[in-house]
Amino acid sequence: MAKTHITTTVNGDEYEVLCEVDQTLLDVLRDELHLTGTKEGCSSGDCGACSVMVDGRLMCSCLVLGVEADGKSIDTIEGMADGDVLHPLQRNFLELNGLQCGICTPGILIAAKNLLERNPNPTETEIRFWLAGNLCRCTGYDKIIRSVMAAAEEMRGN
Amino acid sequence: MTGLRYEAPENLNAAMALLGGAEGSARVMAGGTDLIIQIDNEMIEPDLLVDIKNIKEMRSIDQVDGGYRVGAAVTGMELMEHEGFCATWPGVIEGVSLIGSIQVKGRATVGGNVCNSSPAADSPPPLIAAGATATIVGPNGSRDIPVEDIAVGPGKTSLAKGEIVVAFNFAKRPAHSGEAYQRFTPRTEMDIAVVGVGVNLTLDGDGTCIAARVCLGAVAATALLVDEAAATLIGTKVDEAALDNLAKAASAACRPIDDKRGTIEFRTDVAGVLARRVALVALERARKN
Repeated sequence: MAKTHITTTVNGDEYEVLCEVDQTLLDVLRDELHLTGTKEGCSSGDCGACSVMVDGRLMCSCLVLGVEADGKSIDTIEGMADGDVLHPLQRNFLELNGLQCGICTPGILIAAKNLLERNPNPTETEIRFWLAGNLCRCTGYDKIIRSVMAAAEEMRGN
Repeated sequence: MTGLRYEAPENLNAAMALLGGAEGSARVMAGGTDLIIQIDNEMIEPDLLVDIKNIKEMRSIDQVDGGYRVGAAVTGMELMEHEGFCATWPGVIEGVSLIGSIQVKGRATVGGNVCNSSPAADSPPPLIAAGATATIVGPNGSRDIPVEDIAVGPGKTSLAKGEIVVAFNFAKRPAHSGEAYQRFTPRTEMDIAVVGVGVNLTLDGDGTCIAARVCLGAVAATALLVDEAAATLIGTKVDEAALDNLAKAASAACRPIDDKRGTIEFRTDVAGVLARRVALVALERARKN
């Protein structure tokens, strides 16, 4: 079967990709575009490691087909820092030890950034509920939540 | 699985033509949060996927005759962000907001949640309690059916080949009416209902219940609309005696399975407890409306 040709924008850059219908967006990002910052965890939409933004919506890229990305705008972890300057979320995760093995971190950063865009001053409870779809098996979550709260405070200019 | 074909038609007629003309098996894809996993796990091997998310009338939320028409491919997050709908049908929103994580709700649709026909799905009980109907379009035209007539068993619907659910219709909400949905789960998030209960009731000017619908989820092969439970509320002030009768009727209607998430005995008992709690929330909302 012929592959399907799609044109998609990832982190502001346009890509032409040939993909199979049964390849997920996660497969396309990692295997075709070699953007391996987006991680594969469960591949069933439970763990959130593969979280990306699709046209401004937070989604698990394992639950999106690559062919659906045609004409869409995708944001991944590779687009989060501004050159060498880390996003406040990334820096606070480093400074406050919001990660250990790091597999869940790209997805959590993408999800947390989306939360802070919608709600710059979330409560701890709101952060915990928003990140309920991102599993971390190392940290116990506490440092993740503290890192997000610190980043939010910094981004509010306090 | 090299033969899988993908089409994303921009109108219903094109979708109908694709579904009707398909050789082999065709599957409608909305959010894909169940479908893509089934394909990945080779539980199903369709030849054609018809993605309905580019069909405008299936993606819009419109006010019609004082009520609402919600396209079946509207995502959970889109519905939860619609202030007017949220204010009018908070119980439906309570169900929809429990469908998975933010990531899943950004993709998953109400139509998909209903048509996937999981007995434990969170949107059917409040939709059924609300008296919502589904507009179904197929090779033989269009028809409206009550939402409770869609699921016939786990993973099975009453829809004929080539038919798709296009929209859900909510009538104008009467004065002094309110609804609510709650479920029991061991965890607060990212879990599957052990029991779910939706209640919708209408009061007269004196606070007497004149209409009620009670729907139980996860206690039978499909969501159950329980007329006997509704009857315990109608004609009462929804007082303690009525709530006791409601709890008994809800428990009596349960035909659950035993599984790792709940025993038959537990589900049956919790259905009564939850029905009482949910009716009280619906009552409070009805009094304020």
